[in-house]
Amino acid sequence: MPGFWGRLLDIDLSSQRHKIYEIPGLIYRMFIGGRGLATWILWRELGDKWENIDPLGPENILLVLTGPLTGYYPGGVKVIISGKSPQSNGVVGSAVSTELSIHLKAAGYDGLIIRGVSKDPVYLYIDDEKIEYRDASRIWGRDAVETLKYLREDTKIDFRREGAKPWPPSIYVGPAGENLVRTASVNAKWSHGAGYGGYGAVFGSKKLKAVVVRGRGPLPEVSDSEKFLSLRKEIISLIMKDYHMKHWGTPLGIYYTGAATSSEPIRNWQEEWHDVREYSHWELETRYWVRRYWSDYSCPLSCMKVSYVEENGEIYLTDGPDYEMAAYLGSNLGIFDIRSVVKLSAEADRLGLCGIQTGNVMGFAFELFEKGIITKDDLGYELRWGEYECAKKLMDDITYRKGFGKILAEGTYRAALQIAKLKSLDPSEVLKYAVQSKGIGIGAHGIRSKADYPQPIAYVASVQGGDHTSVAGLPINTQESETWKVFLDSAVICMFTGFNVPEEKILDIFNAVTGWRVSKEELYREIGPRILSIQRILLLLGGPDVYWDPRIHDENPKKFYEPLPSGPFKGWKADPEEVRKLKIQYFGELGWDEYGIPREETLNKLGIGYVSSAVTRIKKRLGLD
Amino acid sequence: MRDYDRCVGCRLCEIACSLKHEGRIWPEASRIKIFEYAPGVFVPNLCIQCPDYPCVEKCPTKAVYVDEKTGAVRVDEGRCTLCGICVEICPVGSIYVVKDKKSVIICDLCDGDPECVKTCRELGYNALEVVPRPEINTLKLYAVKPEEIGRRIGEKIMGEGAGKVI
Repeated sequence: MPGFWGRLLDIDLSSQRHKIYEIPGLIYRMFIGGRGLATWILWRELGDKWENIDPLGPENILLVLTGPLTGYYPGGVKVIISGKSPQSNGVVGSAVSTELSIHLKAAGYDGLIIRGVSKDPVYLYIDDEKIEYRDASRIWGRDAVETLKYLREDTKIDFRREGAKPWPPSIYVGPAGENLVRTASVNAKWSHGAGYGGYGAVFGSKKLKAVVVRGRGPLPEVSDSEKFLSLRKEIISLIMKDYHMKHWGTPLGIYYTGAATSSEPIRNWQEEWHDVREYSHWELETRYWVRRYWSDYSCPLSCMKVSYVEENGEIYLTDGPDYEMAAYLGSNLGIFDIRSVVKLSAEADRLGLCGIQTGNVMGFAFELFEKGIITKDDLGYELRWGEYECAKKLMDDITYRKGFGKILAEGTYRAALQIAKLKSLDPSEVLKYAVQSKGIGIGAHGIRSKADYPQPIAYVASVQGGDHTSVAGLPINTQESETWKVFLDSAVICMFTGFNVPEEKILDIFNAVTGWRVSKEELYREIGPRILSIQRILLLLGGPDVYWDPRIHDENPKKFYEPLPSGPFKGWKADPEEVRKLKIQYFGELGWDEYGIPREETLNKLGIGYVSSAVTRIKKRLGLD
Repeated sequence: MRDYDRCVGCRLCEIACSLKHEGRIWPEASRIKIFEYAPGVFVPNLCIQCPDYPCVEKCPTKAVYVDEKTGAVRVDEGRCTLCGICVEICPVGSIYVVKDKKSVIICDLCDGDPECVKTCRELGYNALEVVPRPEINTLKLYAVKPEEIGRRIGEKIMGEGAGKVI
């Protein structure tokens, strides 16, 4: 099959056995790969008992999937990590950039299914058809830098026999994942992470420290080689024209998103505007960037920058820090000192934490401290906005589940419920400070000013909650809608290398690789809604610890309905009536009812009538039947 | 010629190389390889055309020879027995044994107009360049394994702290 192999490697950590898991061509045609394929596999394997599956229990399965454009599209160097999410109890397709994606395909697999639990800490070494379950006891507990150093030595290729070849790529977790922190990421290459979803904790629950893949062969053939090569060339030149992204990357947003669009989280979203000129990409550029450009395999954009700080014998190394890191580990904690942001971002990388989710729960804790809901007695120290030391301390406590960190390690939503109980408060008294949607902290792009890209229903209606890369929006047949994002995550290309390329071109190269004839109409009206419908159903099935009720939880954080207190957009806020109307309109466009539950005729039309049994379960739980 | 400071690690040169020589995207079959020792620490590694050509000299079947026009090392696929002698003695490690290939592979400079260089130039990074052979034979200076180069570049960028990462 052009573009993919049609087979996954199915590994059981409990028995240390593996087999090939064949995927029929029709399934690829319907679900594409990456996030779409993850959704289908999870439904097939776990759908009938979804509510009872503990995301951190032995029954959950972990997926590492490529897509048909992996390796072919310029910037198609990501893998999708998925499984039942310990944050949302649904499915999240979480992307991370790593050459492991390329090597998976070169090894003859479209991805990995990882089941069971290992008895002892283990890392997987996959070398084409050879699969080894290697002892990871010496790296268990180690941070990213030490882990990578160890893996490099342990998987080194003997140059005397084969020539000097780079060591095989890996994905791994830090101490946070090992300690089942729900805001832990799956990391790669020192400072890349798949953060949304919390799959680092799923690695930890399986006693899996890392996966290393070496693929020795070529990538699968493409359908129309001539067309593919010419489109590829054209797309590379289009991507390279994104000058700002190339030169400054997302750090460009550090000043801009506050000063221009008033949508940057400040002190747990109490404000979204700042005009701190020292808090900018330029400050990073002139003080901390040791390298201007950093790309992963096949990417012409080089939006990543390398920041480096050495202080008191400690090294702090990170990419960017990109906008999200700067916002969540900086302004959201009241920190407007870019050096502290470099350090906190590097610490998050080192510990294996998602900077967004962790920054979200930390900002939440800081505000609870400000409001007196939690105190020094709870924490052992004070949380003061803008102070690096207490932020660092809190980050460590979350990672190692020390003291109050144990509660915060559950992520913002679950922590809010636990704190309410602990303090004998009504949950709403604590949840009003939680800036999240369905267990997933909201990305650092606010909706109140309406000047940034997310629409009022961006996080309300997304099947991935607060994920700022998978926002919902209207019209349904445009890139505004989640149908487009689900395509990017299923074909598996980087959103940033798609910005400057017309979607027709992306579809053209997709069709040249796969030999299919997917039209825009099919993409927006069938493929996207099909994947989103199953994702939505699994999200609403939820459980076992928390469940979502569309009447309560398809809603913005309370904060977004409070007026912005400062800046050019002072007084702006989300309008609940507008949100309600847009939400129902959006659900309707997808063929879902007013509660966002896919209608039976929609499921039948999309060729997934078999999931309607789950709809019955959802309606029964909600009392809607 | 390669410029370690300009390489960004995009490996589009590797893709261009394997597309040209194998007609496929095939990471292991690229004749140029980028080593990444830390964020921002890249070492493009490929044949440096040693002045004394030890691989040519030691080849027992005369499969490895010098291209008279370009000075590149070429491989006679019919003669190569994959004995591995050249692979072991290559001072930069740029002669490769690759799965399913019947002979070793070495950079052949694409007959004087290398695809990797063209690609890097089109991208504007200019980390690779074709230059005339130096009159005084300095080429042997570069006969160093990528790991050693990576350590040096790392220390240049990050100072002593580099040792913790690399």
